[in-house]
Amino acid sequence: MQAYIDQLIRDGYFAGMPKEVVYAVAMVLAAFIVLSVFVAPLAGVTSWLERRVWARMQSRVGPNRVGPQGILQWLADGIKNLLKEDLIPSAADAKLFSLAPYVVFVGFLCAFVVIPFGSQLIVADLNIGILYILAVTSLVVVGILMAGWSSNNKWSLLGGMRSAAQIVSYEIPAGLSILTIVFLAGTMSMQGIIKAQGWAPWDWFLFNNPFTFAAFFLYFTAALAEGNRTPFDIPEAESELVAGYVTEYSGMRFLFFFFAEWGNLYVIGAVATTLFLGGWQVPPVTSDPILLGVLQFVVFFLKAYLWVFIAMWVRATLPRVRVDQLMALCWKYMVPLSFLCLLGTICWMLVFPKGNQIFSVAMFVLGLLIVAYFFKRVVFQIRHARPELYFKPHI
Amino acid sequence: MDASVILFYVISVLLVLSSLMVVFLRNVVHCALALVVALFLIAILFVMLHAPMVGVLQVLVYAGAIMVLFLFVIMFLNPTASEPRRKLWWGFGSAAALLLAASLAALLSNGEAPADPVTATETFGSPETLAKSLFTDFVLPFEITSVLLLVAIIGAVVLAKREP
Repeated sequence: MQAYIDQLIRDGYFAGMPKEVVYAVAMVLAAFIVLSVFVAPLAGVTSWLERRVWARMQSRVGPNRVGPQGILQWLADGIKNLLKEDLIPSAADAKLFSLAPYVVFVGFLCAFVVIPFGSQLIVADLNIGILYILAVTSLVVVGILMAGWSSNNKWSLLGGMRSAAQIVSYEIPAGLSILTIVFLAGTMSMQGIIKAQGWAPWDWFLFNNPFTFAAFFLYFTAALAEGNRTPFDIPEAESELVAGYVTEYSGMRFLFFFFAEWGNLYVIGAVATTLFLGGWQVPPVTSDPILLGVLQFVVFFLKAYLWVFIAMWVRATLPRVRVDQLMALCWKYMVPLSFLCLLGTICWMLVFPKGNQIFSVAMFVLGLLIVAYFFKRVVFQIRHARPELYFKPHI
Repeated sequence: MDASVILFYVISVLLVLSSLMVVFLRNVVHCALALVVALFLIAILFVMLHAPMVGVLQVLVYAGAIMVLFLFVIMFLNPTASEPRRKLWWGFGSAAALLLAASLAALLSNGEAPADPVTATETFGSPETLAKSLFTDFVLPFEITSVLLLVAIIGAVVLAKREP
């Protein structure tokens, strides 16, 4: 991105303007484009798709009135929430209360700076990319704590406390499984990690060795917990805490929290794709730079969105865990397991410094068999449930 | 004036303001949040000094983890009334601050440039450089710090497990 702006300056597009002003305008413009063209529709469509997918999984229809198949439902929800009254409880700490949604929002939005959508399509390829994502997403918890405390409501406070404990705990297994990949790639830059993998599935870090395979699932579980997603959504457990830290919020501020949650889901998928699933790597089919860029973007987007879909699936399937179960899962199982993955990967790198191609292919075939059997079961279940509903998803 | 100098002054003024808020605000939660802002601004200063690794670690460890635990404890205890002013501590604190300011003033008024300045290049604050200097020149302090942290963890476990 900076290289592109430098090229434009050299070509004389901004003659007479100070370089810093051009940079500043470019940064604001890039942020605006990323937010309005990509992130907002992405989070919105995800919210619609999530409701449709749950509805299907629960034999309902879901929102299908606004636009074709209801795809514009998110716009209607947005307008409705903008027009609603923005209530601030009289006993609340008004300043912190109104500031909290923005802190959460900024924390998640900052992650988009280093997400690599293609070999050229990245805002900034920092040499500490993955560490940067961990840092900015850890700011979200400050916003959640602010929301919980400033509402001056015991449900909100309890929700905020649970969220803080949960996010700080699950950062450890998530960070350790990311470290496994950083060791394998030898770099923390997002583009560097992708370039260390290949387009073929057996060149992905997922199938590099059994320990990275386990680390992938550890990362995904920990990331779901950090994003306050079911089955780990105890901070906003409606059966015990009303709505947790968002209880007192209304209108657009309320929506901002959920906007961040749905957008964060895509960030989780994108990070998992970058680290484990080869990112934007495509087979060498074309040399046209624009076509290649589009192809890379499509591949990356689909890989990342698959995990958004799986997170929806998990949410519709699994019940919520209890607080003590959540902490026991993290500290007694996931932290030791992620240390094991780290040590295992280091040993593997010592034994096979260049990787083990045969083993990777075998892992890939095994993974394919598991997925195939899983789909056989899913189709069997659907056929015996309500085939006329499931095979006509456009009702 | 260079843009980075203007940015430095803006950030420094904000940093001093938020640090003063940490000391002078009467609500403990507000103080803690002002400290989060101050730590975040220090991280920006690190990034401007070509040390993005240290800056990001600053956000991750201090603003993201340690301050969250601070806020966690403060909010759980939920101090309803603002802290009362205590004259004695106020005196001690002011004396210590004055002492620090006097020694800093002596240091800053000495206008000589440092004898062996490090030039900040692109690779100056990269993870590789940081790791190399940590594991070669500073390996003993590094290991001592990690043993200290281990002792602290064991101490915390022992205290938590003590029979009532």
